[in-house]
Amino acid sequence: MEPFTAHAGLVIPFNRANVDTDAILPKQYLKMLGKTGYGDFLFDDERYLDPGDVDIPVGDRRPDPDFILNQPPFDRGTVLLAGANFGCGSSREHAVWALHDYGVRVVLAPSFGDIFFNNCFNNGLLPVILAQSVIDRLFELASQPGEVSLTVDLERCEIVQGENVWSFVVEPGRRDNLLSGLDDIGRTMALGETILEYEAQRRSVEPWMFR
Amino acid sequence: MASQTLYDKLWNRHLVAELPDGSALLYVDRHLLHEVTSPQAFSGLRAAGRKPWRIGPNVAVPDHAVPTRRRELGVAGIADRVARVQVETLTRNCHEFGIPLIELEDARQGIVHVVGPEQGLTLPGMTIVCGDSHTATHGAFATLAMGIGTSEVEHVLASQTLRTQRQKNMRVVFDGAMGFGVTPKDLILALIGRIGTAGGTGYAIEYAGEAIRTMSMEGRMTICNMSIEAGARAGMIAYDAITEAYVRGRPHAPEGTEYANACRYWQSLRSDEDAVFDREEYFPVSALVPQVTWGTSPEMVVGIDGCVPDSAGPDAAAQNSMKRTLDYMGLEPGQALKGLPIDKVFIGSCTNARIEDLRAVANLVKGRKISRSVAQALIVPGSGQIRLQAEREGLDTIFQKAGFEWRAAGCSMCLGMNDDRLQPGERCASTSNRNFEGRQGKGGQTHLMSPLMAAAAALTGKLTDVREL
Ligand code: SF4
Repeated sequence: MEPFTAHAGLVIPFNRANVDTDAILPKQYLKMLGKTGYGDFLFDDERYLDPGDVDIPVGDRRPDPDFILNQPPFDRGTVLLAGANFGCGSSREHAVWALHDYGVRVVLAPSFGDIFFNNCFNNGLLPVILAQSVIDRLFELASQPGEVSLTVDLERCEIVQGENVWSFVVEPGRRDNLLSGLDDIGRTMALGETILEYEAQRRSVEPWMFR
Repeated sequence: MASQTLYDKLWNRHLVAELPDGSALLYVDRHLLHEVTSPQAFSGLRAAGRKPWRIGPNVAVPDHAVPTRRRELGVAGIADRVARVQVETLTRNCHEFGIPLIELEDARQGIVHVVGPEQGLTLPGMTIVCGDSHTATHGAFATLAMGIGTSEVEHVLASQTLRTQRQKNMRVVFDGAMGFGVTPKDLILALIGRIGTAGGTGYAIEYAGEAIRTMSMEGRMTICNMSIEAGARAGMIAYDAITEAYVRGRPHAPEGTEYANACRYWQSLRSDEDAVFDREEYFPVSALVPQVTWGTSPEMVVGIDGCVPDSAGPDAAAQNSMKRTLDYMGLEPGQALKGLPIDKVFIGSCTNARIEDLRAVANLVKGRKISRSVAQALIVPGSGQIRLQAEREGLDTIFQKAGFEWRAAGCSMCLGMNDDRLQPGERCASTSNRNFEGRQGKGGQTHLMSPLMAAAAALTGKLTDVREL
């Protein structure tokens, strides 16, 4: 995973609550075996006028001009500004892979689906929870003509947009993951002895769990 | 020791280490895998040269992308090449890493959350994870069961642990007895309607109260299953005699004195009398009517005698999303739900495809015919074992005589990864758990409800109050 320290990018205002992971990446793409190659299918149902599938070339399909990712300047956006409960529903990590593969690096929302939120940190995507009032303000800025860019600084836990600065909170462990680009597995494996001790103790009281 | 909730007890028992960053390392007793969320995890293990920490806790079964017809052909019968490769990849990965696999041809194959309890792979007191959000289903057995992402699947395979954060405690008390025609599905839908799809975010929910105490394990699984639709990663129910009776004699349940010892420990799997919850919801159920969703989120739900809301209130964003929902669903504000014509019926999914669900449907449709206006009515049992049991009881004949299609086990039209799908504009009465846009097929319009209500809709060709049939 590539480290994430700070990101500057254009905002994509996506003002809808309860955007589910089925919408972010529809089911037909869950048949793929890798972690990349999903970017073209991000928000597939809404992004194209005709139906898609793994072996239908996207070049042959008609983008829906009404969908925000097909509209300049938002088609260059990398910071997704969303409504409450973003990423609810299915646990599919494919939704995170699709956002990342498309180029989105930060999602700003008042709240997130739990599993989606977790998945982000394992893939170099930063989900930031902001107060509804800040989210509202950002939508207001983004609704004005022209483009809105901002910088998300994970080291300082700050979002900077022009004169505005908002701070945010991330759990330290998750922040470390992103900053270092390291995943959890290696760090957990270093606790192997502790896990073995736990197992020995558990086995003595619940032996049926170790059959 | 201070009073503890069931969640606290399960958490403490599985705590391997508190980590310096404030998260925790929890031990995982059971890890269920399926074809869709595991391939990248196995690739990750391979790339890092890692092996599974233990073999025994893992069990894999293909269910999401499998066809529900022509199953005698096995994997070769999967017409969709990409899906076939995915199922073959699961087989190959399981062989390479030594993971026990229930293959497609196996009579035990089925939806992972149906297979686990049925085979006794789900035992009280366990922590259970699976790369699937409906893992909460297993909480019905007084387990801590959570859906995880694929990176976490890899983490669990490698270390038998999960890095996670402690949740807050919520108790939902379903008080009173359910009325005629009202089912566990109606209870959980109504709860989601009340607290919203983010209402349980950050909480582990314990379901309690008279309605739960008297409920079958099948019903309890239906309730826990949809915890994620309320935003909660885990839902659970205390261990009792009903749990014990279900678990006893299952293929992977402990035996003899070990079983007796296990039962003795399992008795403690309940919240202490004076345990304190961060949030409590009291939900009387005796006056509840059968529920049906009208929108594209499970919280958009009303009683069958209700209407689509008139307005979304003054907030502009809420009005926009309401308009979008109604456009998608082809409905008007204020429109009555009862009498709305439907095109398809889907009775299946890990929420409602257990034997008790099928018996209830058979009872209702016996000697009747589904409406001619219904283009397709599918009954997809949750597992091969349920399919066999239903056939032993003659339910399949009742279904087919009434005009239903009787299929082989899998997720099927719950998410439409196989060829069981809605076409654009088709309206479906479904017993599954998600009515998201496009969930059952691009442009498909899903109404969630109980198996009884879906069967009633099949008979009349429209949304119907089953109590009036
Ligand atoms: S039946 Fe539906 S909800 Fe259940 S595991 Fe399968 S796809 Fe998921």
